[in-house]
Amino acid sequence: MKKTFKGIYLFLIMLFLYLPIFTLMVLSFNGGKTMNAWVGFSLEWYEEMFANRQIMEALGNTVSIAFWAASASTVIGVLACMGISAMKEKPRTLLMGLNNIPLLNADIVTGISLMLSFLMFGISLNYGTVLMAHITFCIPYVILSVMPKFRQLENHTYEAALDLGATPAYAFFKVVLPDIMPGIVSGFLLAFTMSVDDFVITHFTRGAGINTISTLIYSQVRVGIRPMLYALSTLIFVTVFIILIVVNIISHKKEEKES
Amino acid sequence: MSRRIFSGPFLLFILCGTLIPLGVIAYYGITDRSGSFTLDNILAIASPEHSEALFLALLLALISTVICLLIAFPLGLILKDSRLGKKGFMVFIFILPMWMNFLLRTMAWQVLLERNGIINQLLDLVGLPHLDIINTPAAVVLGMVYDYLPFMVLPIYNALIKIDRHVIEAAYDLGASSPQVLLKVIAPLSLPGIVSGITMVFVPSLTTFAVSNMLGGGKVNLIGNIIEQEFTVSSNWNLGAGLSLVMMIFIVISMALIEKFDKNGEGNVL
Repeated sequence: MKKTFKGIYLFLIMLFLYLPIFTLMVLSFNGGKTMNAWVGFSLEWYEEMFANRQIMEALGNTVSIAFWAASASTVIGVLACMGISAMKEKPRTLLMGLNNIPLLNADIVTGISLMLSFLMFGISLNYGTVLMAHITFCIPYVILSVMPKFRQLENHTYEAALDLGATPAYAFFKVVLPDIMPGIVSGFLLAFTMSVDDFVITHFTRGAGINTISTLIYSQVRVGIRPMLYALSTLIFVTVFIILIVVNIISHKKEEKES
Repeated sequence: MSRRIFSGPFLLFILCGTLIPLGVIAYYGITDRSGSFTLDNILAIASPEHSEALFLALLLALISTVICLLIAFPLGLILKDSRLGKKGFMVFIFILPMWMNFLLRTMAWQVLLERNGIINQLLDLVGLPHLDIINTPAAVVLGMVYDYLPFMVLPIYNALIKIDRHVIEAAYDLGASSPQVLLKVIAPLSLPGIVSGITMVFVPSLTTFAVSNMLGGGKVNLIGNIIEQEFTVSSNWNLGAGLSLVMMIFIVISMALIEKFDKNGEGNVL
């Protein structure tokens, strides 16, 4: 009895979470202009989506901004962790506190404050300002993923490498880097996802000509290209689903190997 | 050479990306267009239009946070107990929608709730009256719950699976009933997760303008909508910045309240 109740509860929440997404998926294969009645199976919205320059440009911007923002913030974040872990207690706590500000602050405040600063210093809003904004809010995620790995690190192995004649750079790449690599990878992936997902900060820091998927959806949602957006969301959902399944399987296999 | 120097670029980003912008928004908030000092932008929150928007935002954020908590806590308990499928696959299913763009997810509800939308068509088929909640606060709450629920599920689940099974068993052995175990053992021990879940749902709900705009049809004005319009439509940046400062104060107050609650809870455990 208790078990059926639990099952029903899980099922209802699953329905709540997935029914809207599946509705969009089904509608994306619906032919014809009237979106509220089923006309027949068709791939026309997919064809139109791939032919739509606006959507393709926005998709390109989203991916390239996410890639560069995640790469830059990973490099800056890892360097920061190296520096911070060598600091004394007080400045370390202060910096980790400052690191938390963008995480805790409301997106709208972060977005507005960055926009006002760019304009105040005479920087016009464009692709570059969006990228800088994304790097800014991605760095904290990288630091939060990498810092624990630095704490677990055995400092002696690095020192031993130096004693045995390795240069600091060589010792870093051969001794330290392999140990912190899992943190770097998860930090990069987290930064990438956060950048792809962001709408609010991009909304305020983008110039008139630049769109990401998020800002495009927001500006177009009341106009006529909605069926193309259904196709796009189906595509995004399937891509994300496949990537996460693969990641899950890989990490599962890895754990089995280790145990 | 000191290793500390490696944190240089990070310090630069903290300075230019966080501290200076916060200074700039504060500067805009306490000056007028000509740049002279004024408190008008901050006191503008007292005007009926603005204070109503702030009140409505606080109310809707509170309602959606409570609903998320009421859904997520039992869900976390069930997921913790059941070893459904391979390790964590069930949890993965409940977190997955988080990775899909929240605007697309909000758009999905627009499609479902529309006057001639799918839900109403289905209701027509079975002869039930229409569900007319699109462009009302109820639709906005629904959108908030849908968008932010995974942010509540994840930290609560993480806190729940960390609880030592033996502690719960010990409570039962000492004669506690299941409601007692839930209230006196499981709830306090999962409080850190509950608290971070509450913050992760409450702050975005309080400050959103996209969800309220898409599902409220311009009829539900939250403080986020007012601020956003000051920057995009009316371009009174000083007023927008001033109202943002007020909103930040409310965020800080709510976080302080939540933190205090957290400390009390942990005190009870000890």
